[in-house]
Amino acid sequence: MSSYTRMGELEIEKHTQFIMSVEKKKDFDSMVMEHLRMSGAYWGLTTLDLMGKLDAVNREEVVSWVLQCQHDCGGFSGNVGHDPHILYTLSAIQILALLDKLDTIDADKISAYIVGLQQEDGSFAGDEWGEIDTRFSYCAVCCLSILHRLDKIDVGKAISYVASCKNFDGGFGCTPGGESHAGQIFCCVSAFAISGALTHVDRDLLGWWLCERQVKSGGLNGRPEKLADVCYSWWVLSSLTIIERVHWIDKEKLKTFILDCQDKEHGGISDRPDDAVDVFHTFFGIAGLSLLEYPGLKPIDPAYALPVHVVDRLFFGQPH
Amino acid sequence: MHGRPRKSSSDGGSQEKDMAKAAGLQSLQTQFFKNHHEKIYTKEALQLNAKLLEINPDIYTAWNYRKLAIKQLLESESESASIKQSLDEELRVVERALKRNLTSYGAWHHRKWVINMGYSSLDHEFQLLDQLLKADSRNFNAWNYRRFVADMKKSRDEDELKFTTKKINENFSNYSAWHNRSAILSHMLKNKYGGISAKEQEMTEEYELVRQALFTDTEDQSGWFYHLWLLGQKIAPIGPKLEMSWPCNGSQLVIDFNEQSHAYVSDFDTPFGTDHCMFSEGIPLVLHFSEPVKGVNASTVSVNSLLLQSESLVWRPISPHGLQAKTWVTLLKLPSTNFRAGETYTVQIRVADTLGIILLNGYNFACPTALNFSLDIHTMTIRSTGGNFETVPLAWEGENFSPLAIDENKFPIELHLGNLSIDGSENQENTRWQQETLDREIKVCRELLEIEMDSKWAKLTLARLLIGQDMLSDGSILRSKRKHTDEVLQLFNDLIEIDPSHAEYYKDQFSLILLDKVSSGKQNLQEYFWDSKGTGSLSNGERNKWLRLHGLSLSRLGCLDQLLWVQRLDISHNRLRSIDGLEALQLLGCLNLSHNLLANFTALGPLRQIKTLRALNIADNKIGAHTVNSTRFSFPSALNNSSISNADTTRDADEEILEISWEITIAFKGLHLRQLDIAGNPANDEKCRRLLMKTLPSLKWLDGTSVN
Repeated sequence: MSSYTRMGELEIEKHTQFIMSVEKKKDFDSMVMEHLRMSGAYWGLTTLDLMGKLDAVNREEVVSWVLQCQHDCGGFSGNVGHDPHILYTLSAIQILALLDKLDTIDADKISAYIVGLQQEDGSFAGDEWGEIDTRFSYCAVCCLSILHRLDKIDVGKAISYVASCKNFDGGFGCTPGGESHAGQIFCCVSAFAISGALTHVDRDLLGWWLCERQVKSGGLNGRPEKLADVCYSWWVLSSLTIIERVHWIDKEKLKTFILDCQDKEHGGISDRPDDAVDVFHTFFGIAGLSLLEYPGLKPIDPAYALPVHVVDRLFFGQPH
Repeated sequence: MHGRPRKSSSDGGSQEKDMAKAAGLQSLQTQFFKNHHEKIYTKEALQLNAKLLEINPDIYTAWNYRKLAIKQLLESESESASIKQSLDEELRVVERALKRNLTSYGAWHHRKWVINMGYSSLDHEFQLLDQLLKADSRNFNAWNYRRFVADMKKSRDEDELKFTTKKINENFSNYSAWHNRSAILSHMLKNKYGGISAKEQEMTEEYELVRQALFTDTEDQSGWFYHLWLLGQKIAPIGPKLEMSWPCNGSQLVIDFNEQSHAYVSDFDTPFGTDHCMFSEGIPLVLHFSEPVKGVNASTVSVNSLLLQSESLVWRPISPHGLQAKTWVTLLKLPSTNFRAGETYTVQIRVADTLGIILLNGYNFACPTALNFSLDIHTMTIRSTGGNFETVPLAWEGENFSPLAIDENKFPIELHLGNLSIDGSENQENTRWQQETLDREIKVCRELLEIEMDSKWAKLTLARLLIGQDMLSDGSILRSKRKHTDEVLQLFNDLIEIDPSHAEYYKDQFSLILLDKVSSGKQNLQEYFWDSKGTGSLSNGERNKWLRLHGLSLSRLGCLDQLLWVQRLDISHNRLRSIDGLEALQLLGCLNLSHNLLANFTALGPLRQIKTLRALNIADNKIGAHTVNSTRFSFPSALNNSSISNADTTRDADEEILEISWEITIAFKGLHLRQLDIAGNPANDEKCRRLLMKTLPSLKWLDGTSVN
């Protein structure tokens, strides 16, 4: 019962304050993260929405900043003045979808940028410099699907490339032969989910590997024999949800672990109890709690990594 | 931020230091971006950039800048020594960055990019990797890079395998090394070995290596995952095969055929004894494969009979996922001329006689199979069967039901395809080796369990091995001969105790084994046969035969290939979250799924593939009780860009909530349900009922009330 006595409530007000304060920080850690501010904004804003606190944000200001990060090629950069990259293009699109502002951008232009990154073998480069990774396949597929333009790429080839990264344990790596990693598995499984290709996943084999990520503390790790970390609450849990095997883990223990990682004084969630908090882990902790149906949180879509109400508006809502 | 302790805000001194560091980084960054935007690539500018990257290797734009500088250099410089010198400096910058942050994707990619230029020597790379992997033996970027360099150097697989042996021997828990080993070995097995004996040699050595790891630490996952893979590699007892058909091999169907209405009533043998069914569009021919396949068509499946022309048959995959399915169906339509009443016609089927049936992994399905059945045809006025639900709704339980006594002698067919593969494909030598391996590994697990009674991995692996041995010794055919079922069930029960966090996994496995047991032959199945007196709804006073697998705590369905003949199924009062695979039952007319854990309409997706379904009970499930829907992506919809067409979705302007509407569409659109029972689900409100009636225009009874 000791875990129950430690477990507290989710500190929604404190986390809201924390996310709003991240913006203004000018310490060394914030400087080091400046290049991925677009993703930081996506994590923060999505967390706020899951907690029902998106009204704390000035939407017009956010949109105008996002648009400042768009380049002539159509892609977005992680911050103003940085180079465009598919990672931040996805974050930008997710932010605009979240704020229902996709009409402020030229979807065809962005699609053209993404289409241009697909390689002969179906894989995707992150930018013009040619780094290949299944993370980028996910970014491409997710982004184009949100823009209703998945048919612009060779989906068959994109899927076979991701499938070629499947490993002996049923998981997936960055490139063929790369080791399975829960974050990478999320990308690959979600890419399949979004393109209707989940038959490529060996659900029982992968599900068993994923549920074995839960360690004694209740937390999840990303690979065997590694420490638990709140961010895997999202990556493992979303993958397990998509392949219908989420009941194979102990949800209550995981809930306790995430809640134990809160900074109850200043808000924010860290990788492990009593470590330094950041917006990245705050998002993954709360997104994880959302998948665990924590009361008061809005549900999140496991593949698009956006609130369900946003995704349903995109795909089932009335046309504008 | 990973693994950094939470600081207290009162620590003023360190805060000041931090701000100074931040200011330093800020100023470097500002100067760098100025250079980048103005395209200044002087020596000083590059040095400043290097300094920035040493502090913050993750700032990707700074790596891009260095590549731009190199590109500019290549345009102006033609002397290769000088180019090499510049590129060597790049490698040094990367090295320093990696020492700061070994997981910097940007740094690793920059190194690959420079090496790919072809100017640099590869000799240093393995040395560097040795150092880095010593610092972090699990760094997957470093392992990825090692594979990249090995590829560039054209290293032999054997040498790379040796490297993993070295790393594994240093630390048995090095999962990265085990992983790499599996990748190399797969590559070797694919490319190198023609002869099975060499392969066996290789594999035996692998088992020895992994055994050392398992005995060193029985709870270390690394070795066990590798062990599981090894077993799957060579022990998978049977390759993909045709598991079952309906009508089943050797059976006889007595057909009453009405020429005017083109309707058929067929009497056929089932484990119940004779049952009958009315087919209005043709007699279904169902093939059930052990794995999803594509390419089942008139050229890959030949159907020979005086009655039919094989070429005209259209095969339909029973799957929501398009062209890949375990179950395939075609309808045999009798020609109105061309046959003589009172005559018996044989139908001979040869599956995969020619290439073209393709497995998911792209390989050909390589187990040609032949089967036959006969049709005994009569013409007459069709008896009415099955009723039409006009007067009262079907009763799902109660006093109408009674256990069905089976006359032992009237059980003419064993329900299996037998060994019908045309070339008798099993390689004797291979099977013997598999048998030996299984025996040996079972012994290993039992030994481990003597040392550590409660080792969950040893128990789980033992259970998996015993299942494998049962399947191998009877080739999955004579299920009744399985020896280990009870021991396996006990092992899973133990595991639920030992490892409660994964209880639901073990329960799922338990369910599969239990269903395997239940469906293995008539003796076991008989317990679950019931008949119900028609209450005027389903039949005209005649008795209907039910298979009732209710109240068995089943959390998962399996072995459905054994049940292709079932028309009325009761799997209520279980713990089912999913009904995946149920679509194989292509004769199913009545289905009771009440009192399970189904959480969404989308979880009912497989039903849409069962066109014969007329009465469905999903009362007292959890539909609408959860905010998270784990079957959201399991069936075609706009979400996964695979809805068949827009017209497919029930969508009209006055529908305020579309969410539930698409879910109902996924489950029910196109079905001809006459009766639906849905009470006891949180989703069951007025709006939901309205949508259901709209999606199911043929509905006659909703929760026992007549629908107008």
